[in-house]
Amino acid sequence: MQAPDNSIEVEGLVREFKKGPRAVDGIDLHVDPGEIYGFLGPNGAGKSTTVLMLTTLLPPTAGTARVAGFDVVREGPKVRKAIGAALQEAALDPLLTGREHLRLQMAMHGIGGDERRRRADELLERVGLTDAADRKVKGYSGGMKRRLDLALALVHRPRVLFLDEPTTGLDPQSRAALWEEVERLARDEGVTVFLTTQYLEEADVLAARVGIIDQGRIVAEGTPEELKAEFSSSTIEALPANVEEKGAVASVLERFGARTTGFSPGTVAVQLASSDGRLTEIVRALDAEGLRIAHLQIHEPTLDDVFLAKTGRHLEGAESEDAEADPELVAT
Amino acid sequence: MTSALAVQVGYLARRSAVRTLRQPAGVVFPLLFPVLLLAVNAGGLRAETKLPGFPTDSFLAFALAVPFIQGGLFATGNAGIDIAKDVQTGFLNRLALTPMRGIALILGEIGGVMALAVVQALFYLCIGLVFGVRLASGVGGAFVLLLLAALIALGFATFGAFAALRTGSTEAVNGIFPVFFVFLFISSMNIPRDLMSVTWFRWFATINPVSYLIEAVRSLVIVGWDAEALVLGFGCAILIIVAGFALSVAALRERMSRT
Repeated sequence: MQAPDNSIEVEGLVREFKKGPRAVDGIDLHVDPGEIYGFLGPNGAGKSTTVLMLTTLLPPTAGTARVAGFDVVREGPKVRKAIGAALQEAALDPLLTGREHLRLQMAMHGIGGDERRRRADELLERVGLTDAADRKVKGYSGGMKRRLDLALALVHRPRVLFLDEPTTGLDPQSRAALWEEVERLARDEGVTVFLTTQYLEEADVLAARVGIIDQGRIVAEGTPEELKAEFSSSTIEALPANVEEKGAVASVLERFGARTTGFSPGTVAVQLASSDGRLTEIVRALDAEGLRIAHLQIHEPTLDDVFLAKTGRHLEGAESEDAEADPELVAT
Repeated sequence: MTSALAVQVGYLARRSAVRTLRQPAGVVFPLLFPVLLLAVNAGGLRAETKLPGFPTDSFLAFALAVPFIQGGLFATGNAGIDIAKDVQTGFLNRLALTPMRGIALILGEIGGVMALAVVQALFYLCIGLVFGVRLASGVGGAFVLLLLAALIALGFATFGAFAALRTGSTEAVNGIFPVFFVFLFISSMNIPRDLMSVTWFRWFATINPVSYLIEAVRSLVIVGWDAEALVLGFGCAILIIVAGFALSVAALRERMSRT
């Protein structure tokens, strides 16, 4: 018997809104079965619109997409059967309890009575909500709501999971717990995870591969390591022991790369032309000039450096002027 | 109805009823407000019974039909606001990601509202009986009255659902609520149509379907079994349901643009 196809294939996907620009402007991507794919970009970049199209909630204007082997336009019901999704806002009914949410969701999926009870208990335990299961959701914290949201996305054992900014607004502890569960799903159950985020760390920690989207286009794609190696290099930051030697320190460091800004005042920072084995050479060069250094630090490149290299802007604080799909507008 | 659809409708109706019961204001006001208005009208307009040709000597019995319609109007708000909130919060998107059939959402939501409407109707009926009203149509008439009240609530609820699905806005749903109340006030709510002396008002009351809903309920209370009034009342209720349901389904189809 052929193994089920848990991949995501996207070619030339476009979404235009009336009187608006292209929220998604011809993206191509491929996600392997069981892979965690991070879709990184600032607010309004087109992440949520992409998720709405891939989850069949918004018809594309052009292009094709296959999720779990099914075409999102022609085989919507089959796609929905294969996927689970936790969309940007934890869409919960504040007047229902966690358990009631799960039972309702399972009833909609056609899961029978006994299985419904068993699966609800299992999922509540898995996301750590057993004690709060019979409390109304309006009393839940943000982290509890997100965990319930995840449990709801898993009721029918989906093969592909879409998580749209699942940790936005969560405290570090709740974020870490959610990351752990997402990793477990991919590792132990082979679930393909398509995760959008605007957090660099999240993409770096969780995703096997990352696609960086800006203004509706994918500007870079690869493993976090590949991207960082391709588009950026390490930065060395030195604090002279003697403030008057700052100029001399700068001239030595500039032999190894280009001066850069944005670091602590009083320090000299240089983005290294190459990272390989330069630290020893730098220390020797400074020593040779008789310059004493109070503090020396290497900064490894981040995905923000990649974003900066590709767009000329930092990811944090970057917000596209182009409005993305209004979840209410497309509702549905 | 297939068994899967029945399960979906059942769960959504149950959710609708549970939501309403967990918001005391959503239960208390629809019960008390019409009864308060009934008390005020019954006290202030009692002298109307002295008019030649007035069909009864008890204004309370005459006016008892009105709360059934007002209760139905509250159904407009309940159904509409719940659906509009589902649109605004993204809960509709969550449901749209399941194999749920769109029609289950409308049927489930208004099913819960109808259940509440029957409880309301029973409450108004009990209030009337406690204060001395006797149903001319007897026990059988009470059952017909409850059925008619449920259909009236269903009809108005479909328009609430339509407004919610069309606009996705709780404000818009709240906005149409007073419009429906205008229909109630320009009807035979306070005086029989044949005793209305102002021509334009009588004309409006005559073309207003709410008049026929009221007169059907009223006939069961003060006349007995009046076939013409019942046919017109049930006919108007069914027409409202068909129109509201068709509009709601069309609006849902547009909003649930899932592939």
